[in-house]
Amino acid sequence: MNAVLFNVNSLPSVKTGTRARIVNGTTFLPNRHYQPNHAITTIFQTTMPSTEMKSTIVDVIAAANKIILGKDEQIRLALACLLARGHLLIEDLPGVGKTTLAHTLARLLGLQFSRIQFTSDMLPADVIGISVFDRERSEFKFLPGALFSHVLLADEINRATPKTQSALLEAMEERQVTTEGETRPLPDPFFVIATQNPSSQIGTFPLPESQLDRFLLRIELGYPDRQAERTLLESGGRREQLPELAACFSPAQLIPLQKQAAAIHVSSALLDYVQTLIEATRHSPMFVHGLSPRAALALLAVARAWTFIDNRSMVLPEDVQAVLPSVACHRLRLANSANHARPEDIAKLIHAIPVT
Amino acid sequence: MAKRPAKHVVELEHAAIPWLLAVAVATAAPHAQHLPLWISLLVACVLLWRSWLWQQNTHLPGRWPLALLVMTGVAGIGWQFHTLFGRDAGVALLVFFMAFKPMEMKTRRDAMVVVMLGFFLLLTHYFYSQSIPTGLWLLASTTLLAATLIRLHGGNQPVSTIFRYAGLLLAQAIPFMVIVFLLFPRISGPLWGLPQDAYSGLTGLSDKMSPGSLNNLIQSGAIAFRVQFSGDLPEKSQLYWRGPVLNDYDGQTWRVNASALPRPIQPPTIESQGKTYSYVMTLEPHNQRWLLALDLPVALPSDSAIAPTFETRAKDPLVSRARYAFTSTIDYVANRHENPDQLRRALHLPPEINPRSRELANTWRLKFESPEQISNAALLMFRQEAYFYTLRPPLLGQQVIDDFLFNTRRGFCEHFASAYVFLMRAAGVPARVVTGYQGGEINPVDGYLTVRQSDAHAWAEIWLADKGWIRVDPTAAVAPSRIELGIEAALPAGDPLPALVRIDTDWLRRLRNRWEAGNNAWNQWVLGYNPARQREVLSRLGLHEPDWLNMTAVLASLCGFALLIVTALTLYRRNTLTPAQRAWHRFCRKLNPLGIVRAEWEGPLAFSKRVARERPELARVAAEAAGHFADLHYGTGQPVQLHRLRECTRSLTDLLKLRTTSRRNPV
Repeated sequence: MNAVLFNVNSLPSVKTGTRARIVNGTTFLPNRHYQPNHAITTIFQTTMPSTEMKSTIVDVIAAANKIILGKDEQIRLALACLLARGHLLIEDLPGVGKTTLAHTLARLLGLQFSRIQFTSDMLPADVIGISVFDRERSEFKFLPGALFSHVLLADEINRATPKTQSALLEAMEERQVTTEGETRPLPDPFFVIATQNPSSQIGTFPLPESQLDRFLLRIELGYPDRQAERTLLESGGRREQLPELAACFSPAQLIPLQKQAAAIHVSSALLDYVQTLIEATRHSPMFVHGLSPRAALALLAVARAWTFIDNRSMVLPEDVQAVLPSVACHRLRLANSANHARPEDIAKLIHAIPVT
Repeated sequence: MAKRPAKHVVELEHAAIPWLLAVAVATAAPHAQHLPLWISLLVACVLLWRSWLWQQNTHLPGRWPLALLVMTGVAGIGWQFHTLFGRDAGVALLVFFMAFKPMEMKTRRDAMVVVMLGFFLLLTHYFYSQSIPTGLWLLASTTLLAATLIRLHGGNQPVSTIFRYAGLLLAQAIPFMVIVFLLFPRISGPLWGLPQDAYSGLTGLSDKMSPGSLNNLIQSGAIAFRVQFSGDLPEKSQLYWRGPVLNDYDGQTWRVNASALPRPIQPPTIESQGKTYSYVMTLEPHNQRWLLALDLPVALPSDSAIAPTFETRAKDPLVSRARYAFTSTIDYVANRHENPDQLRRALHLPPEINPRSRELANTWRLKFESPEQISNAALLMFRQEAYFYTLRPPLLGQQVIDDFLFNTRRGFCEHFASAYVFLMRAAGVPARVVTGYQGGEINPVDGYLTVRQSDAHAWAEIWLADKGWIRVDPTAAVAPSRIELGIEAALPAGDPLPALVRIDTDWLRRLRNRWEAGNNAWNQWVLGYNPARQREVLSRLGLHEPDWLNMTAVLASLCGFALLIVTALTLYRRNTLTPAQRAWHRFCRKLNPLGIVRAEWEGPLAFSKRVARERPELARVAAEAAGHFADLHYGTGQPVQLHRLRECTRSLTDLLKLRTTSRRNPV
């Protein structure tokens, strides 16, 4: 959703004496930090327990926007994905800021970050970790791999062999790793940001449908707009600023936020709307298959997180519409070409379904 | 002259071409049964060529070679049929075009031409057959055509989806089809006259009989007619179905001589002596004027008359299956006082043929006093001397009867009937040959008596002064089982039987019975749905004395009713709105005059933002209304908010009014 920048308070006031009570009937919550403000949303009933938490998220977004320029929507989606306890797939060309985005989020949330550059000769042990023999204590000692971190950036995941890919994806799904008969839980929160480069498919192993489904969201960053690029060119690369970023909160704080996001109110009218959308993907001649129930759950979870970020207490159709392309595109295959659905196809679908 | 703007031409997708080829095959293939072989082969070759071109994805042949091919083909058809009009030539042309149109198919418009040609070609199949398999084939083809249309306009989709959609579309047409079928005003007879060549292939009895002519008919298992008795039915040995009566003999062939009938026709007198049987007969078309009736009919269907020789004749040749109601008696005295002219004709023989037979007849004439004794002598001869019943009689020489009676002594009904009648005439007893069918088989599935071409039979009639015309069946004297049990029992073992008659496997017989009962129901209720049946159905529906006016009214109102139900269902499916939704929609509609129209898919937040963008002065009220609606509908809103939402609508109205008045009176 592109944020429309205007502030109700700055609007020319309505010049009527007779119906002044309209304005009196509403409560306006102060909106404090976040610049691309959503003044309108503040009039909605708000049942958020602590303003502290909200402000933290707003801070995170504001800070991230200073690093990744002009990508507010993608930052929000990435954050929503994190809050919905899902994993993120970023598909774009090299150099548009995939790694920077992952890095920024990890830093701002105070999470431990590690990165794997996938290659075709990589083995599962390189990701998971290996056991080595400790001579002094004459026993095997497990050296955890890069997987054991809060945020794992899996760069160019489609370069790895299917074996390695599935080791990673299994860990993503189970949130634990079993080697040599021992099950080791992964840290919580555990968040994988995988990237893949869509343009050079030579020597790659494209992720099969079932594994794409493990990713809650897939986003594309795209080129920055002219203004953002100018700012970037003027102030230099963003990587250098990363170490200076201060964490906005700790991993322990993130978990209650995830719980709050999952508790956002969803009305039966909205569930109707979600179901209609899901059914439409199943009946539409545009797609080979429709969205699965798992995808429907994912859609609802992301819509809740998106609503939470937007500081509202109930999910609106707009929230579902905003996240649907990122949830659905990599799960739907077009019937008339071998490609995945594009956001335009999803927009077409949305425009065909009246809100309920 | 101004140049017309170039039309936008939609190219035909390469992947859609197999659909159109399938349409061409499905709609043209059944015509291969009756088209000349060279046309079928040519069409098949052209379609294969086109498929090959599709598979190779190469260029279509140029305009001139194609034109040359088409011209040659049309000329060939004209040469074959001696015309380009009429049923057969017309259908051949259409099939031919169906094969060649895909050769120049480049745009979607061409594809549409193929589809429309396909629909047209479908109809032509009914010129040849209206059976259940044809109906099923055409139903499948219609589905294919609908699917092709969906494929052409709906883009690439899974085949199953396309067919499901096409099936759904056709299923929706079923109620209308039923209503129109039942209620569309029927006219008697076919809707349009078919050209004369349409009925050439019909089989049945002929108006003449020469040695071996009935033999071909007996080899056919095709159904001649079906009978439904309203009560019990006579013994099988009494089931003589009277067809044409053959009076004239030239030494080889017995003929009906209708032109020589005395005029004015004197109606025959038939005195019924016993029980009468009422029945309805469904007669397969045979392109002749006679009807088959149980010997002898006492009440006739309308539009038919009884000839002096007691055969029932319709006004026009029977070119489509028809139902006739008869009442007959099997115990009768017919024409005790026969017209002398008829008797003279029943004694006539060509001179100087079959001398040995004449001699035999003469000895009988001298020996016996009454015609009955003469007849019995002949029957006794057939029974006691070595005469054999077989469907493979040896060839007969020039003196047909002599050869049969004294040399070959093998034959079937037509030989025995013709020899018997010859002997009777030679002995001075008026006699004639009657052809028709004998017997029939009850189908246990629907209770109809089925009479096949293989039941075709020939027997004789003699006239006795005190008893009128009585039936004599010489075949019964030779092979009584032919009359009592049917043809398969009468033939010696090893004699070839018509394929369909020789069914002795139990399940096969049951299967055939089922199939024929199904066919019969189809004939009775679908094909035989004529004005009378329609009247029957309508009066059962409570519409008495229907004329086309109130029938049209009922038709229209029923169709309207069906549409109404569909509409109501559609409307019902749309969710009923909550009060909050109604209030919100009213608020949104207030903005329509400003050119801000909420799209159906637009949520409250997005809409209020759009209002704020386009009309900043309305931003506050729109945001508030959207907030209340969102709380009520998507959140846990308080009832008071519904009230607030309505107030928003009112204040919006005020704001808009204020705007218009301030514009009118600028301060």
